[in-house]
Amino acid sequence: MSESPLWTVSVSPHVKSRESVEKIMWTVVACLLPPLILSVFIFGLQTLIITLISVISCVATEAISQKLLHRPITIRDGSAVITGLLMAYIIPPGVPYWIPILGAIMAIYVAKHLLGGIGFNIFNPALIGRAFLLATFPVAMTSAWLTPIRDAAVFKYMGTGIDAVSTATPLYVLKHYGMAAVLEKFGSLSTIYSDFFIGWRPGCIGETSALLLLIGGIYLLYKKYITWHIPISVIVSVGFFTWVFGGEKLFTGNPLLAVLSGGVILGAFFMATDYVTSPTQKTGKLIFGAGVGALTVLIRLKGGYPEGVCYAILLMNPLTPAFETWFKPKRFAPPKGAEK
Amino acid sequence: MSLSKEFTKGLWNELPPFRLVLGLCPVLAVTKSAETGLGMGLAVIFVLTCSNMLVSSLRNVIPRKVRIASFIVIIATFVVIVELTAQAYFYPIYEKLGIFIPLIVVNCIILGRAEAFASRNGVIPSALDGLGIGTGFTLSLTVLGGIREILGNGTIFGAEIMWSSFRPFTFMVEAPGAFLSLGLLLGIMNACSKSN
Repeated sequence: MSESPLWTVSVSPHVKSRESVEKIMWTVVACLLPPLILSVFIFGLQTLIITLISVISCVATEAISQKLLHRPITIRDGSAVITGLLMAYIIPPGVPYWIPILGAIMAIYVAKHLLGGIGFNIFNPALIGRAFLLATFPVAMTSAWLTPIRDAAVFKYMGTGIDAVSTATPLYVLKHYGMAAVLEKFGSLSTIYSDFFIGWRPGCIGETSALLLLIGGIYLLYKKYITWHIPISVIVSVGFFTWVFGGEKLFTGNPLLAVLSGGVILGAFFMATDYVTSPTQKTGKLIFGAGVGALTVLIRLKGGYPEGVCYAILLMNPLTPAFETWFKPKRFAPPKGAEK
Repeated sequence: MSLSKEFTKGLWNELPPFRLVLGLCPVLAVTKSAETGLGMGLAVIFVLTCSNMLVSSLRNVIPRKVRIASFIVIIATFVVIVELTAQAYFYPIYEKLGIFIPLIVVNCIILGRAEAFASRNGVIPSALDGLGIGTGFTLSLTVLGGIREILGNGTIFGAEIMWSSFRPFTFMVEAPGAFLSLGLLLGIMNACSKSN
């Protein structure tokens, strides 16, 4: 647009607020940064490079897509930055550097702009990017796990091949070798809880530190950018279903381990709560979150992959419009026909 | 309309999968490689041309009310010829195409051309129409299969063409890759026609 119009015409709701999309998005970016910094000390400096490549290619793809589709270019609103960060956070730390570039094209161009752009995408773009990468490069995406570094040797994994250093994630060990093997590999239960809570475990780049993700998530709750319904219902339902079905007998699963491993905390606070792809009403949110948790546990226990948060959220995303219709809020106006 | 136009319309204006958006089931299912796409296309050219000619020469004999059933019988005859021939002489490709050869019987393009064109026009225009639409279908399938094979397997007609460190996108030879590449090609074609 060459000149800005004196008024803007937009659809309702017309809410006056000091908040703006930009401010919320950049706050979320800030809340996501601490786990990235910690990941450099857990997995080495290449996590920072992968994340930077992911963010830059997401922003570049966003600009190019909007140019191609003749839409206003909105890369300053930070939404592409979030997509780039989240996508990098859910890929293994030892992948080749070109992998996030392809994921970014899929996430931003196909999953976001071809489906209508910000506000219209049915699926969470970052998760589509990851699902695409997992389907396309299954070897790199399921074997590039690194053993956490204990001595701050951040250059340890730079320039080494995947095969030389790869390890297994706790969920993989749990799925294929059982609880005893987890205890053998990662130490006693109390060590596991404290290590996993702070972030010292094999896993994707940004998903390991429950502590930092919780701090970020609680700040978003405090700022009222998200509500508690989705994160809590996801976490409770993962814990509950794991407790019931996760053990050898009913009601013997380990809910705490289930919540602390994989991407549950990251998914619950930062992905399932995406404004565009999750319900807006309380009941809808609670059921949406419970569904994400139940599907996660189902995929973990019965599916082909050790982790299921990504697919669980992707499967619940397209139900959002249905939840909006099924769980409408009570109307303030008198019921129909009451005036007569 | 001139006779040459009956042939060339199938190559762009009425290009089956992209312009008519018909026959998508084989388009999605057999384009895992350029070879299977080409094989499927050739089978369709044969069936479409022959059935168009026969339908057109019988167009004054077939009663209106049972025309669809008659068309299906005619098409099925040629499909069986293709199937038995492929089984006898081109067994590897027959195995790869599998159920999709018999399914040519219910391919919308063939029934559509019989109903919309052959039952209303003479034998020569119908034959050219069948050849043109069939060629367009074959080209689309081969191009789509080629794209998917190059990206998903690093080969074209079975020959290695990508650099040695190229990692194939397994995604492209699976079902989502078919939908995605079909949609993108469709979009590119629409953009091309729009700018013309």
